[in-house]
Amino acid sequence: MLQDHLISAAHLSRDDIEAVLDHAAAVDADPDLVRDRHAGRVLALCFFEPSTRTKMSFESAMKRLGGETIDMGSVESSSVKKGESLADTVRVIEGYADAMVLRHPSEGSAKLASEFVDVPLVNAGDGAGQHPSQTLLDLYTIRENAGLDDITIGIMGDLKYGRTVHSLAQALTNFDVRQHFISPESLRLPRNVRYDLHEAGAQVREHTDLDEVLPELDVLYVTRIQRERFPEEREYLEVAGEYRIDNEVLSDASDDLTVMHPLPRVDEIAPEVDETKRAKYFEQAHNGVPVRMALLDILLGGNE
Amino acid sequence: MTDKELRVSKIRDGTVIDHVTAGQALNVLAILGIDGSGGESVSIGMNVPSDKVGQKDVVKVEGRELSQSEVDVLSLIAPEATINIIRDFDVIEKNRVERTDTVRGILVCPNRNCITNADEPVRTEFEVLDDGVRCAYCDTIIREHDVAEHIDARGAGETAL
Repeated sequence: MLQDHLISAAHLSRDDIEAVLDHAAAVDADPDLVRDRHAGRVLALCFFEPSTRTKMSFESAMKRLGGETIDMGSVESSSVKKGESLADTVRVIEGYADAMVLRHPSEGSAKLASEFVDVPLVNAGDGAGQHPSQTLLDLYTIRENAGLDDITIGIMGDLKYGRTVHSLAQALTNFDVRQHFISPESLRLPRNVRYDLHEAGAQVREHTDLDEVLPELDVLYVTRIQRERFPEEREYLEVAGEYRIDNEVLSDASDDLTVMHPLPRVDEIAPEVDETKRAKYFEQAHNGVPVRMALLDILLGGNE
Repeated sequence: MTDKELRVSKIRDGTVIDHVTAGQALNVLAILGIDGSGGESVSIGMNVPSDKVGQKDVVKVEGRELSQSEVDVLSLIAPEATINIIRDFDVIEKNRVERTDTVRGILVCPNRNCITNADEPVRTEFEVLDDGVRCAYCDTIIREHDVAEHIDARGAGETAL
């Protein structure tokens, strides 16, 4: 079963994933199943970086379980600004809460924090590392729309720094999925993720051009190419247009293609795609609540 | 005194690291945190002919035995090395290095954004792969031939005699 903490998608087995997704589906179908199950319990939201969707969906999930949330506020107004270590911060907050959600700009921060606390800790993004709870809601959305076995997925955009991509790619190795990675050369998957995919025997191909693979795809997962990653604005502009989706680009795709995006988007998916049945990114964001309800319920021992 | 006599001269107390991969002797010193400032007496043989491995390096350090974490990293850059502990001119212990699963506290993660490079109360930890090591915190992989570049001599443990 799922371990005490959720730090990396690499630690998730197929059974772990299916347990969360099945429970999320049950919660989605009947929210009364878990309503007030965690009344009186407190979830600490420790966000060392700005977040809207992840933070609010965890907050919504805990409140729908009957629990409360506490929030350390902005980093500028916290003791972190005074130079307190992350290890000390989480040790203090552990005394205030029954579980903890952490977002932090440094890779490995969630693992470090988990070594200093006994309450369940969820990694809600550690730098360019991992974002495993996002992966669970991504997998839930994929399962609802395309199934999780015998599918072909294209993952496109900033694969080097995109933590949602790293977690998703690793989690998908638990299933019969053909993975195609589409990015500029400079934003290819990092070595460690490619290593894991190779070790897992995953079916993987890398491309710079979406056209090479688009007609084969059941799912296209788009991420934002981050302007700030490029040393020169000119280099960004050269590649950004190549990775923009609109209805014309998608004309060669399967009618059943599922288009996903962890959001926020900037201009990588044209608004006209929103109106098509392919667009699932808002559904994907909404799935964050039942999936995080299920995850918190399991980590807090409510599902035993 | 001939060159040969100089190379094989005995030490009273300390460690002889033999069968070091040719060219790695200076990295062995880096692992041991020896840069001359500590006053240790050190002898190095580089590219010494060896029946067993063709050419090898040899490092002799007076007054110093190796900690386990030092041996762990040594196993990455000199997998054929033998470690001879010398007391009163006699070899009292002779061990082959063994490849370890994990290396703690001696390598620095090259990812500047890794939490182990922040001011946190944590030792670095690397999982040993077939051809390198991998940071247990941020997953960054260092290939075997690059490992020596990431040795933190300050982190090297010491066992004084």
